[in-house]
Amino acid sequence: MAFADQLIIAPILLPLAASGVLLLLSERRLRAKRAISIVTTLLLIIVSVLLLRSLIAVGLDGATATRTYLVGNWPAPFGIVLVIDWLSALMLVLTNIIGFTSLVYSTARWDAAAPRFHALFLLQLVGLNGAFLTGDLFNLFVFFEVLLAASYGLMLHGSGAARVKAGLHYVAINVAASLLFLIGVSLIYGVSGTLNMADLANRIPGIAGSDMALFQAGMGVLGVAFLLKAGMWPLGFWLPTTYAAAAPPSAALFAMLSKVGVYAVLRVYLLLFGTETSPLSSFGAEWLLYGGMASIAFGTIGVLACRSLSRLIGFSVLISSGTLLAALGSGEGAVLGAVLFYLVSSTLVISAFYLLAELVERHEIGPDPSALVEAVFDDEDPVILDVPEDEIGVLIPGTIAILGGGFMLCALLLAGLPPLSGFIAKFALIDGLLGLNDQIAPSTWTLIVLIIVSGLATLIATSRAGIDLIWAPSEKPQPVLRLAEAAPVGLLLGICLALMVFAGPVMRYMERTAYSLEDREGYIRSVTEATRTASQGGAGQ
Amino acid sequence: MEIVLSLAIGVLTASGIWLILRPRTFQVVVGLSLLSYAVNLFIYAMGRLLVNAPPIVESGGVADPANYSDPLPQALVLTAIVISFAMTALLLVVLLASRGLTGTDHVDGKEPD
Repeated sequence: MAFADQLIIAPILLPLAASGVLLLLSERRLRAKRAISIVTTLLLIIVSVLLLRSLIAVGLDGATATRTYLVGNWPAPFGIVLVIDWLSALMLVLTNIIGFTSLVYSTARWDAAAPRFHALFLLQLVGLNGAFLTGDLFNLFVFFEVLLAASYGLMLHGSGAARVKAGLHYVAINVAASLLFLIGVSLIYGVSGTLNMADLANRIPGIAGSDMALFQAGMGVLGVAFLLKAGMWPLGFWLPTTYAAAAPPSAALFAMLSKVGVYAVLRVYLLLFGTETSPLSSFGAEWLLYGGMASIAFGTIGVLACRSLSRLIGFSVLISSGTLLAALGSGEGAVLGAVLFYLVSSTLVISAFYLLAELVERHEIGPDPSALVEAVFDDEDPVILDVPEDEIGVLIPGTIAILGGGFMLCALLLAGLPPLSGFIAKFALIDGLLGLNDQIAPSTWTLIVLIIVSGLATLIATSRAGIDLIWAPSEKPQPVLRLAEAAPVGLLLGICLALMVFAGPVMRYMERTAYSLEDREGYIRSVTEATRTASQGGAGQ
Repeated sequence: MEIVLSLAIGVLTASGIWLILRPRTFQVVVGLSLLSYAVNLFIYAMGRLLVNAPPIVESGGVADPANYSDPLPQALVLTAIVISFAMTALLLVVLLASRGLTGTDHVDGKEPD
């Protein structure tokens, strides 16, 4: 097997090995930990970009670019298989960029708030990358658990009453959701006898009529578990509180976490129910459409009603998820290119906004994060705090101007005002929805109105928050901004600007991804016909 | 045997759901454990119920799958047990932290007024 093929498993192995090393290092060696984890995330970005390039090298025309990696070298439906196609490569790049920026941001102060931050952070990346790469439902469950277990740690990072309170709810809800996931998976296995997604797509037409109800029940239960992660109404009430209570770098990474739910729906839904000929054609589309619209409406009201910036962003996560799910449900795949563009753009902005919100709010509410941090257990003695504060980074002058500018960019991107990438995404989305049929369905009109109104509400709410937090005259001294805090936000917003400038090529990539998601045969063939490698040097006999 | 197993799963699930809707954190933890037992049995049942049918094929000759139970759900159950056990342990830690920080064992961190 060529080296390039081995790269497919690197996004899982690399952070896993690095987090193992980090656990062995003493908490006092914070600088070494930071170096290791930053190098790991940089390598992850390089690996995922290489994977993306290897797909682009196949060409943007019709050829199937899906590649597989047989872990353990068993043939596909029997062994564990990793699959990389256009969509997973895109999600990998997005995840690892957000991982890198959140990590760099955390090195300014948050990673010292409690032990083992870096190891948990990298484990979270293992879970995310694995979930995007896996080709079967049970490993999706396993990687979901990996990312959830790490996210519990990141959520509670820094402790304190607010975090523990929200964390208790978060853990309880997600454990319950995992149990639903298992029920769904076992029902599907009981009926179809396989958990490999490609094999499952092949077997759906052969399911007996009497078993179909059971299969649909399994898929429905599985869908509930996915949609809970995505935060669809009425499964998303936990999300704004939890994300607002989490430490900002964790929250910035959690922006990706809710997109895992959307990804899982995209993947499973389009592969299994997308075809016209399948007996389960567009199963559950109405649920996605109306549930998504309800989440947009709920998020819109929440954005207008909430008093703190971090909760505001939490509600815009709900709006973003809702828009994605509703567009998926109404378009049956026709607006997929725009959906993916919106996914990338909104995830980047939300992540940047979580980071920025802390900088802005810290200035207003109080500069000392240690006031928010309490040790609960004995080994959490803040041994780390002897790191000299002023050694960490370069301080930047003119902070208010930078914060204000960044805030404005975030607000415009989130609300979707021209000419930024948020606008391009929403424009493409609405244009696609209008072009679906000659006769535009009332539900589509409602969705378009909701998308526009939610943008307006976001604009009103963010302007209000901005006036309160930044432009109101303040007695307080100029806030202190470190390079390690400003650079990640700048990088994320810079990528959003690049999305705007290079909207043409990016959109072509998204369209190609959408096409490959429509090309179920190509995916199924790539997985089921994956060839085993010959064993080398007598190993593995 | 089917009726016994399905009754067991049903009773465990019902008790679990009742408990996770209770206001005390410990009740929620016990409820989630009961639910995970129910789910583990359920996964196991999805491999069909067979008596005296080991999942290990003896060497030599072609084996008839009808004589063996399905090994895959057993492997899945093993994974699920480990994961839910670890999550319950974690939840207990969070429970203790919550009790210590808020001074109450109510799930919302404060007694209802």
